[in-house]
Amino acid sequence: MAKGHIHAIVGENGAGKSTLMKILYGMQRPDEGEIRINGSPVSFHTPADAIAAGIGMVHQHFMLADNLTVLENVVLGSEPRKGGIALDFAAARKKIKEISDAYGLDVDPDVLVEDIGVGLRQRVEILKVLYRGARILILDEPTAVLVPHEVDELFENLHGLVREGITIIFISHHLDEVLKVADAITVIRRGTTVASVDPKSVNARQLAELMVGSELPSPETRESTVTDVVALQVTGLTMAASAWRPIPKGTPASFYMDQMRAEGGGRLLLEDVSFTIHKGEVLGIAGVEGNGQAELVEAIMGIRPSVGEITLAGTDIADWSTLRRRDAGIGYIPEDRQRHGLLLLAPLWENRILGHNSGGVWIDRKGARADTERIVAQYDVRTPGIDVDAAALSGGNQQKLIVGREMSGDPVLLIASHPTRGVDVGAQAAIWDHLRSARAAGLAVLLISADLDELIGLSDTLKVLLRGKIVADVDPANVTPEQLGSAMTGAGEEA
Amino acid sequence: MSPQTPDTFVNRLLGRIKLNGLMALAAPVLAILFAGVITSVVLILTDHPPVDTLLAMVEYGSTPRSLVGIINLASAYYLSAMAVALGFRMNLFNIGVDGQYRLAALIAAAVGGAVTLPKPLHIGLILIVAVAVGAAWAGIAGVLKARRGVSEVISTIMLNTIATGLGAWLLAQWAVPVAGSNNIGTNPIPESGHVPSIPLIPGAPNEVFGLFVVAVLVGIGFHVLLNRTRFGFNLRSTGLSEPAAVASGVDVKKMVIVAMLISGGMAGLVGMPQLLGSSYSYSLDFPPGFGFTGIAIALIGRNNPIGVAFGALLWSFLDVSQNILSLEKVSPEIVTIMQGVIVLAVVIAYELVHRYRIAAEQRRVSRELSAPVGMEGAAA
Repeated sequence: MAKGHIHAIVGENGAGKSTLMKILYGMQRPDEGEIRINGSPVSFHTPADAIAAGIGMVHQHFMLADNLTVLENVVLGSEPRKGGIALDFAAARKKIKEISDAYGLDVDPDVLVEDIGVGLRQRVEILKVLYRGARILILDEPTAVLVPHEVDELFENLHGLVREGITIIFISHHLDEVLKVADAITVIRRGTTVASVDPKSVNARQLAELMVGSELPSPETRESTVTDVVALQVTGLTMAASAWRPIPKGTPASFYMDQMRAEGGGRLLLEDVSFTIHKGEVLGIAGVEGNGQAELVEAIMGIRPSVGEITLAGTDIADWSTLRRRDAGIGYIPEDRQRHGLLLLAPLWENRILGHNSGGVWIDRKGARADTERIVAQYDVRTPGIDVDAAALSGGNQQKLIVGREMSGDPVLLIASHPTRGVDVGAQAAIWDHLRSARAAGLAVLLISADLDELIGLSDTLKVLLRGKIVADVDPANVTPEQLGSAMTGAGEEA
Repeated sequence: MSPQTPDTFVNRLLGRIKLNGLMALAAPVLAILFAGVITSVVLILTDHPPVDTLLAMVEYGSTPRSLVGIINLASAYYLSAMAVALGFRMNLFNIGVDGQYRLAALIAAAVGGAVTLPKPLHIGLILIVAVAVGAAWAGIAGVLKARRGVSEVISTIMLNTIATGLGAWLLAQWAVPVAGSNNIGTNPIPESGHVPSIPLIPGAPNEVFGLFVVAVLVGIGFHVLLNRTRFGFNLRSTGLSEPAAVASGVDVKKMVIVAMLISGGMAGLVGMPQLLGSSYSYSLDFPPGFGFTGIAIALIGRNNPIGVAFGALLWSFLDVSQNILSLEKVSPEIVTIMQGVIVLAVVIAYELVHRYRIAAEQRRVSRELSAPVGMEGAAA
């Protein structure tokens, strides 16, 4: 990484970007390898070490106290002293002015943070880091919260900083921005560097290809098992960003769409989503993360309120509780298995009960234990026994346990959210096998994944979700990951 | 034990993270020894012989008469701590046990004093009223949290204060003078509402409250409820990981209300051994403060029925045996210091033991990983 460069690091979610940054900033210790600054190796135990070495981090979420002024926020934690006790605000103000002028940040030290806009707050964050003497800045997804013209302003500031000899590490997965601003790009995937490229010689499509990769084991399923029996039908599913209230039955959501959009600050999390899944069909939902996939799953599971019709095997379940939906035969492999799928500090057999806990007063301890033994054997969960805590298992084995649990009790529909994320290759193949055989047995699957090969390989039908709307139907039989990728960003009409 | 999400200090403090085997015992024993050392230091500083003083406390505390007093007091402490523990197990801080039990005892005493019924019915009625009042008072906080998102910590503390005011007003409405003093209290409960005491300790001039049995039953019920029933499983899952509980179909709002009702119902029983065993009337000198002691004891016992039983007996032993101190010319407040130190030391000791275990576990794992295996990787 060269001095005075803007160096971008791109990669999918979970590719290891954040971990890398945490290591650079001393929040996490590396297992192996070394970090060199200006040629000399350094090792950080705490963020304070990193700050002392001239590394500063601007977090994605601002860490500013709203009720203090810019000046107070900047000096917070490294207040200049005068005569031992008193704070030397005059000196601090002078220094802030100097930095602000030198780098063209245009920050007024005496306004309250709560009165300034998002773009300016970000400049305050940058100033805060520079004030502490940082020469290397890490910006974690700095554009996520900015509107386009603020992004342009930020990029101007960044170029200004670079001219003054500051080095910037820029993390993002907005490829267009990266190409626009970076002097060098490193692509990481699954924790390793897969390419270092020159932004002048690649386009967004090639970069996406590098990010996604295409040498994975094939999740191919070709012979169709799709029947014409409808398992799940979703019609006009809409979710407002906030201020949800029930609307009268039978009224179409479209009637209230404008109002809901206005209440949610102009945005709907889900907008008029409709699809049908038949028995034996895998419906894949493709989309860049944060475009409504999580909301769609939560709406179907009844975890978050939404408007629209959801029928499971012909029965309207839109008013049902999560528990009743699960009892009716919806299996759910959640996106974040440790947060939503497991009780990490409870033994495996108790985790078997989680989500399959209805009817009667007593827990069926014997049954749960016996069935956990079955899952462990059938799904090849590697564990010393069923009495160990779920936290003791590796991610792949945790996931196999969840898959086994959600497949038990013959579900009608399985919602699989990133079923193989963060899982090693062996477990991934096993999970794919289980999904395939369940599909052959007539299970309907709603598959959500960021792994495009997985989506294309497993799905019988593919839909692309963008900003809460289904924007394209894709035939998985003749689409490439590249075409799908550009459809996901809304850029490619060619897909 | 993974260092990820729920392994926080608070979770360890509230016993949602298990400590296994000997370690679970080591922590409180260390804490009590530490408290003994601190107390000795204070005694030495104030010119008292520490060993003799502590021995005098043990000797006095183990006389049959004191033992009965310890068990009686511990019954109330235990019920209070279990009420707190139920909330803790699902991340609810019911700070309002104090208000709940006082209001429940007052209204139950008034109802009990106003009617005459055959014996078992009369006692049953009083207990049911107490449970209902405690549950209702705690239920207010539960509904506020579930429907309006009001923190139960704030609302239960406020409800404590309201209970004090309401109690004083109700007592003034219903009070009759207590014979032979300028105290006022509710109409005494007639003989049919008295619970006969049990001569549990041989050689003691006094007897154990009959409702000591209720405390034991509540402890057993707590264990069965939490470990054997679906409701208890849902309650524990909500405490371990709320998102996972929601995803598994637990209606967390309903759980909050029901858990507060049960916790409040248990709190309603706190005053009953005393009321139906010896005072028979709620008067101005009805013992206050059991609710707050219950919080400390729940922490010492890590919200486990057996642990809390030990905690309640220990606390009660210290309370009873401090009576000897004035005879020894030692200020009885030394016991308050000791109780405070025990709570702090227990919290610290659990934390130290926990860290020791993590370090030991990590060493074990890294030893196993550095051994030449290759099995794990090839098989996965």
